[in-house]
Amino acid sequence: MLARTAGSLFWIGRYVERADFLARILEAALRLSSIPSRDGPPDTAWRSAVNSAGMGGAFEAAGRTLNEQNVREYLAFSADNPSSIRSCITTARTNARSVRTALTVQLWEALNDAWNALGEQGEPQTRTGFAEFLGWVKSATLTVEGAASRTMLRNDAYWFLRLGAALERADNTARLLDVKYHLLLPEGEGVGGQLDYFQWTTLLREVSALTAYRWVYRDSVKAVNVADLLVMNRQMPRSLISCQASIVQYLECLATDYGRRGPAQRFASARMGKLEGGSIEAIFQSGLHEFIEDFLDENSRLADTISEQYLA
Amino acid sequence: MSVFDEMGGLGGGGGVRACYQPLARWLAEAPAELLEARSRQAELYFRRMGITFSVYGAADSNERLIPFDVVPRIVSAPEWLALEAGLVQRVAAINLFLKDIYGRQECIRAGIVPADIVLTNPHFRPEMVGRRPPQDVWVHIAGVDLVRTAEDGFYVLEDNVRTPSGMSYMLENREMMMRLFPDLFSEYPVRPVETYTDMLLSALQSSAPSSATRDPCVVVLTPGPYNSAYYEHSFLADKLGVELVEGGDLYVNDGQVFMRTTEGPKKVDVIYRRVDDDFLDPLTFNPESALGVPGLMTAYQAGNVTLANAVGTGVADDKAVYTYMPEIIRFFTGEEPLLHNVPTWRCREPDALKEVLSRLDELVVKEVGGSGGYGMLIGPAATKAEIETFRKKLAADPAAFIAQPTLALSTAPTLCHGGLAGRHVDLRPFVLTGAKGVEVAPGGLTRVALNEGSLVVNSSQGGGTKDTWVLDA
Repeated sequence: MLARTAGSLFWIGRYVERADFLARILEAALRLSSIPSRDGPPDTAWRSAVNSAGMGGAFEAAGRTLNEQNVREYLAFSADNPSSIRSCITTARTNARSVRTALTVQLWEALNDAWNALGEQGEPQTRTGFAEFLGWVKSATLTVEGAASRTMLRNDAYWFLRLGAALERADNTARLLDVKYHLLLPEGEGVGGQLDYFQWTTLLREVSALTAYRWVYRDSVKAVNVADLLVMNRQMPRSLISCQASIVQYLECLATDYGRRGPAQRFASARMGKLEGGSIEAIFQSGLHEFIEDFLDENSRLADTISEQYLA
Repeated sequence: MSVFDEMGGLGGGGGVRACYQPLARWLAEAPAELLEARSRQAELYFRRMGITFSVYGAADSNERLIPFDVVPRIVSAPEWLALEAGLVQRVAAINLFLKDIYGRQECIRAGIVPADIVLTNPHFRPEMVGRRPPQDVWVHIAGVDLVRTAEDGFYVLEDNVRTPSGMSYMLENREMMMRLFPDLFSEYPVRPVETYTDMLLSALQSSAPSSATRDPCVVVLTPGPYNSAYYEHSFLADKLGVELVEGGDLYVNDGQVFMRTTEGPKKVDVIYRRVDDDFLDPLTFNPESALGVPGLMTAYQAGNVTLANAVGTGVADDKAVYTYMPEIIRFFTGEEPLLHNVPTWRCREPDALKEVLSRLDELVVKEVGGSGGYGMLIGPAATKAEIETFRKKLAADPAAFIAQPTLALSTAPTLCHGGLAGRHVDLRPFVLTGAKGVEVAPGGLTRVALNEGSLVVNSSQGGGTKDTWVLDA
């Protein structure tokens, strides 16, 4: 397969995953902002959404005033923001168009339909309209995911697509945790201290994991459990360890297809070993923030290694 | 000027032509709304599949559909046999002409074609002088534009021998028609066009360098997704089962061409390039080009890779050289041309210029280097001011223009708002040349000028397409 084709597939995976993640974050913000808050500055929910998306810096640099309208516009529709939902879907579709021959007709149609539909709908002004839009984004990305999973050959094209999605998902979960680490362990508070319940549940909602939390821990929402769910829980598909397992799996599939392992496989396995050998208690002990920073840094080095090995 | 209609004949007085009779009966019985419904279905499908093209300079309409007309254009078996023989003869002659002008230049010495028209032609490539492309094939793919004015009056309007396009529409239009009107196909013995991709692949493989392996590596080279014909490039690569590459995917090492793959470099033998000569290799041609492959010409000149079409073929479809095509065919084949040129004035000749200037309001004047329907004057449709502008251009640089009578292009029944109406059409068959010879795919692209009375069929200027049915018997 052409290196460029592999690269485009990898990025289609990443952009579709990112669009879905943003839709979930914005849904959580809509919900949180509908609950009257007794204290704290207004627009807390929207500030939190921008930060969770990892776009706090870019939003500020774009000179926008923080309010609901601006955040909604910036994260969902802005053409100036290369990571807005609109930009993600457009870029994924542009990439798909440049590698048409590597996609099944149904996967192409799913991406092209999403892009066509995006062009047809205006920016919704009401909250109801916006909620409908987010619902549409989630179902559009599910359709893409389903088309890939149901129609693609299990060959290198599929592994690169999935690899991009897994890496992006790991990145998103880690960033989300990083933004919230101070909420999980605020200064002067021990684990299980008096924290804002809504902030926690919002965090879980952002990754659509509130119900999952209850099923897994059968407990009220506690910081250490939230972190455990999102870092170490193998059942949780968005946890760092699950994402890492997927990354290892797809890299090994590539190695089998090509008959050769390389630096990317070795890097990924080593990191998997490290995660499996750790525990959430140990991570809390040495600092969740430091752990996340290391994880993000390794993630980007892993992406570079994959690029060098396959995409250049 | 009386117009020949593909269905009704000249002036429409002689009743329905034989090959259109089953269609005419079917159209008469079909409910009025059926064609409209099928037409909408076709548009929806084309949009979903992303069968689009881009229009240069139209910022807000980056991707458009080429309008598709659901009424087929029909060519009878005897008509096709005559066209086929003429096309094979013409393209064979063009290949010999190119071999000659980059070789011994006998046709120049024999006075068949003036030296300056060839040697100072912007499409003449000195880099190719003394070179012979692998298997002596210059024009692997030609798209010859034909127009018709009478029952036996087919004329060649243009020979497109650089990077002709439209074959994907020939194939997709047929797919669409078989989907929309399966019952019509039971009335007609329509020759299949889907063999085109097999014919193309074998033409490309057979013209690989002799040093290539028995299973040569073929690729399609595209300028990228922003090119107007990108859909076609990806479609053809997919149908051929070969990689669609951009310039950046290829590199040259030690005189050989390689593509970058996830498993390391892979040697490339044949490049079906949809990139113009000027952009092929920044080291040889346009240094600004980011579309090409540095060093590609070196590998090509060393005979290590086949480019389809060859470099420098543009000199043969130039409008000035076109006017000499009858002489070229006679010289190289020893036969009378089976297909005729449209009578053409060469404005470089003073007598011709004088006549053209006196009849600007009735002629079509074309720039020698223009294409795509741009830079031309259609006298009868032009305003006084437009004619005067052209008069000045002609006087300033007569050699840059040719002129032709305004042809009464044939019309074919076309679905327009409020029913069927005659619209002007042309026909572009595709002619393939490999090491084993020249052949023509049984079909082609019929382009139709959708605006009433319009003669411009180019898709960039509001033209549409039709499926073309070549009958087997």
